[in-house]
Amino acid sequence: MSMVGTRVIRKEDPNLITGRGLFTDDVSIMGTTIMAFVRSTEAHADIVSVDLTEALALPGVLTVITVDDLDAQDLPGAFMRTVLAKDRVRFVGEPIAVVVAEDRYIAADAVELVQVAYRPLPLVITPVEALADGAPLVQEALGTNVCFEVPWPQEQIDQVDQAFAAAPRQVSTTFHSQRVHPVPMEPSAILADWGPDKLTVWASTQMPHGLRNCLSSFLGVPQHQCRVIQPDVGGGFGAKVQQYPELFLAPILSKRLGRPVKYVQTRTECFAIMCSGRDQHHEIDVAFDNDGHILGLRSLIHADLGAYPDLPNSFGMPTLTNWMSSGCYKIPAIVAGYKCVLTNKTPQSAYRGAGRPEASFLAERIVDIVAGETGIDPAEVRLRNFIPTDEFPYKVPHAEVYYDSGNYPLSLQEALRLCDYENLKTERDRRNADPSEKLMGIGFSTWVEIAAFGPRGALEGFGHIGSYESAQVKIQPDGTAMIATGASPHGQGTHTTLAMIAADELHMSIDNITVRSGDTDTTPQGVGTMGSRTAAIAGEATKQASIKVFQNACKIAAHMLEANPDDLECVDGLFQVKGVPSKTIPWSQVGWAGLSPTLLPDDIPAGCLESTVFAEPTGFTYPAGAYVCVVGIDRDTGHVEVEKFYSVDDCGTVINPLLAEGQVQGGIIQGIAQALYEEMVWDSAGQPLTTTLMDYLAPAASDVPSIIDGRTNTPTPHNSLGAKGIGESGTIGSTPAVVNAVVNALAQYGVTNIAMPISPQRVWRILNQAQGA
Amino acid sequence: MIPPKFDYVKARTADEALAALAEHGDDAKLLAGGHSLIPLLKLRLSSPSVLVDIGEIADLSYISDGGTHVAIGATTTHRTVAKSELLRAQVPLLAHATGEVGDPQVRNRGTIGGSIAHGDPASDQPAVLVALDAVLVARSASGSQREIPAREFFRSFLETVLAPDEMLVEIRVPKVPTAGWSFQKFNRRAQDWAIVGVAAVVNGTSAGIGLVNMGGTPVRATATEQALAGGASPAEAAAHAADGTDPPSDLNADPDYRCHLARVLVARALLEAASR
Amino acid sequence: MQREVTISVNGSPRTDTVEPRLLLVHYLREQRRLTGTHIGCDTSNCGACTVLIDGLSAKSCTVLAVQTDGHEVSTIEGLAGSDGSYHPVQEGFRQCHGLQCGYCTPGMIMASVGILADNPSPSESEIRMGLEGNICRCTGYQKIVEAVQWAAAHPQPQPAGQGG
Repeated sequence: MSMVGTRVIRKEDPNLITGRGLFTDDVSIMGTTIMAFVRSTEAHADIVSVDLTEALALPGVLTVITVDDLDAQDLPGAFMRTVLAKDRVRFVGEPIAVVVAEDRYIAADAVELVQVAYRPLPLVITPVEALADGAPLVQEALGTNVCFEVPWPQEQIDQVDQAFAAAPRQVSTTFHSQRVHPVPMEPSAILADWGPDKLTVWASTQMPHGLRNCLSSFLGVPQHQCRVIQPDVGGGFGAKVQQYPELFLAPILSKRLGRPVKYVQTRTECFAIMCSGRDQHHEIDVAFDNDGHILGLRSLIHADLGAYPDLPNSFGMPTLTNWMSSGCYKIPAIVAGYKCVLTNKTPQSAYRGAGRPEASFLAERIVDIVAGETGIDPAEVRLRNFIPTDEFPYKVPHAEVYYDSGNYPLSLQEALRLCDYENLKTERDRRNADPSEKLMGIGFSTWVEIAAFGPRGALEGFGHIGSYESAQVKIQPDGTAMIATGASPHGQGTHTTLAMIAADELHMSIDNITVRSGDTDTTPQGVGTMGSRTAAIAGEATKQASIKVFQNACKIAAHMLEANPDDLECVDGLFQVKGVPSKTIPWSQVGWAGLSPTLLPDDIPAGCLESTVFAEPTGFTYPAGAYVCVVGIDRDTGHVEVEKFYSVDDCGTVINPLLAEGQVQGGIIQGIAQALYEEMVWDSAGQPLTTTLMDYLAPAASDVPSIIDGRTNTPTPHNSLGAKGIGESGTIGSTPAVVNAVVNALAQYGVTNIAMPISPQRVWRILNQAQGA
Repeated sequence: MIPPKFDYVKARTADEALAALAEHGDDAKLLAGGHSLIPLLKLRLSSPSVLVDIGEIADLSYISDGGTHVAIGATTTHRTVAKSELLRAQVPLLAHATGEVGDPQVRNRGTIGGSIAHGDPASDQPAVLVALDAVLVARSASGSQREIPAREFFRSFLETVLAPDEMLVEIRVPKVPTAGWSFQKFNRRAQDWAIVGVAAVVNGTSAGIGLVNMGGTPVRATATEQALAGGASPAEAAAHAADGTDPPSDLNADPDYRCHLARVLVARALLEAASR
Repeated sequence: MQREVTISVNGSPRTDTVEPRLLLVHYLREQRRLTGTHIGCDTSNCGACTVLIDGLSAKSCTVLAVQTDGHEVSTIEGLAGSDGSYHPVQEGFRQCHGLQCGYCTPGMIMASVGILADNPSPSESEIRMGLEGNICRCTGYQKIVEAVQWAAAHPQPQPAGQGG
């Protein structure tokens, strides 16, 4: 029986449910010291002086350094940033000095003793401020606060102008996908041990190979003497792709002190310095006709990247948004461009979805706006605008982006069936007419995203987000299998997923397969786990490597059975001539023979039961789906409750439905959280106001609904599994469904748009104004 | 986050605790469950030189029948208060509201006395005690004991009338077994402090209404209470819920929204109280 | 300013010398080397550090080690049977995919043990409210709720399954 497609319980779980997981802070080496940061309390200031005297005098403090104590000072993978602040700070939280002490209590005390004197400078917090004439410059050397720009191409401008001129109607609007924080439950952590012959680093990272390569070049240590181990990682969500100062400082200080150095970020620090996401301001014009057909789209994005963009990810986010800005709709004329703007805030970079949630928000909101303007049901407007099912592969008009496959009407019809749309509408109209009931709104999101990064040539400009992923399948002498992958999962269940794929191809029990990842010394070079790429690409690599190994295993078994390899089959781990179960060879004998030359046929070399494959996808995949959100709104307090949430995902082939559901549910809740709860806020002096989980409202179980999920299956042609990826879908699709539902509930008050997060106060102000008027 | 250094005294009796307070004065802080104090220490917003742990003083943790009132020892945990059969029968408002404090872990360790003495106007229990006209019993190192009406106990934000050498030892809550009651807590996440909360106990036209997070201290909705006493309907009376209050502004709510919430929640509380 | 304390962890009492300011979570992780209890925030909001103190769930980041002198602390490491059998809540999390990255999991499991001790057959809403002080960023909570329901329906210890 095939494992792929079944609900297999995870191989990862036994350690994690018994407290035997090994996260970075759990790794213990004798003599480990603790590193802690002195961070800026100013958003923009010259550093007048840094006095380390008292801190250095504290017993138990081993060293305190500033940027002047570093040989190489430029932070790799960052835009105009030094490892520690040099002369000037540009956001609250920026590291200025670093302390190493015998334990974390002494380190915390020492941080308090470092005296920093500042000369405050004028600052900018929003793109509007940053782009104003005479605005203070975040980077004076740049001469502008625009650090990267993709202007509208003239050819597209002309096409779109024509489309707008011919269109019966048009609307202009603005959106803001606010700054939200990934909040991995484990903040950043690193342990570096630079011994006489080798640097070993344990890090809470999403890309151990990329980090190893970066450390190697920055520190001048050859890669064979630089080992990065990714132990268990407590979530990443895109924020552990970046190169942070601690990743370089811990190794440097370990070498200087001759002792292991550990840094474990606090939650407060995590909010202040770990990259957060979104923060795109959109200016949109949409042209359409009276039947709800969308005819043209202009999109201009101002991406607020904070003080120090992360390269290349920060610039990549609006690129992905632009690519996907037409969603799953056939819009004949599109012009899209963006400006990346520096502000005196925490750097902005990838967060689950990474540029695509902003795109789905744009596309799904404009469809609803068109529905509102034309008075046509939003589900119907979607059906009228979907890319027809027979037009795949579909190229969007404004970019070299080719949607692989899709059946958008099917997903929407399934969602309408699942939610019983006709009854929901009746219920909504009844409630909204009855003042004693909560207001009710129904919101759709028929989203599409881009995943499985990526085909050769498409993303080389994005540095480490390359194309391939690797898997090595190795049969042990006892006939069990070890798989090593360059993918670097941190919660996705990839060990289970890859073992399932291998079990099918090796015809072996999944219990006899172990998957290892996250160690640059023992796994093949990989790109890493991000961008919903692992099932599609590492899965394909595992499949192809398993097929090669199995072919050789059949040759060995055939030799032992004195049969033709083509006549063999393997049933429950036993090789036999097809239909002849009386004489069998178990995997254990085949495995032993594979490493015993005397037992091998002449043309088969020892070690043949081992294969490493670097799979390269032939194109991006485009997971899609249809979500329906039902909200209830307290008419008196403005409190919004998600009463029901229906999801229909189409990620192509599902390898493990149990894990796919987990990805979808978790993603949807994160998207709901952006719509209703979460926002990073800075005051006008650049002080962050949401630096704890008390102020930053990540929801708990008590605050969110269950998801009712469904599925359609439109495989991708770009890998043999047909898998498109599911890691980010929920986050990408859910936010606009919630906002559309709230706008739907408030439509009777003339509401066509509402800012996120949709706090009760915000809704109350709208209701209050409407009632006043 | 790491607390600053401090010395630590574990008191076995109230007298030991009071002696330690007398010795160290302003530099000492009492530690019961620690769920108000330890977070402040970790953020280094408070740095006492001595903590006097009263969490294990056996004779400060009790709930007993005092005739016309229920007496609650200051170090009784929220969990015990919320589950107390005596309180559920005699002062259901307090038992119920205490079941909504923080989260289960906080209720398992946090104490009613700690919550009251911390004097946070965003906490639930201070407003409940103010609504109920509870009496707070404080003892000092000199052995003297005084009874303070809950309405006079809270001086300003995080400040009470307790002297540095004084300790809250008992909370006396009048029995109101037949009164209508309601506790309305409005927040965005269940574990959060109330953006606004309302504790109401109603006996005919006589009502005690405490407001959470509507000023620097827990306050009574006096205008509403007076309107009810004067014969106003609950809806009319609730319209005065925010009169005379000075609510704070934060990321969740501006003062005008808090005033609105107070009116809405008081109306709901009066409606619910009437049904009980 | 050191204090001598005797704290029983998972049934094993031990005497240690600690600074009064030492948080219980650091005592467990660094002095007892029980690293299953995690730290996820600074403000008692996330619940990753949840343990049981004298059988009641508590956030060990908000308790001083000295406060538990003479008390019994139970951590995730003590939950499975000595024969390797899983506690029903552990098995429920496994069966229902109640965890992804696993960082919040020990706290979630200990908080769930606390819920079931008070209420052996909680409703979905009671489970959700019972976990109001624990934050998970991966699962969206739905399968955690199912895991607790699974445990409520299977109150006996579960033999350890095939490990990964």
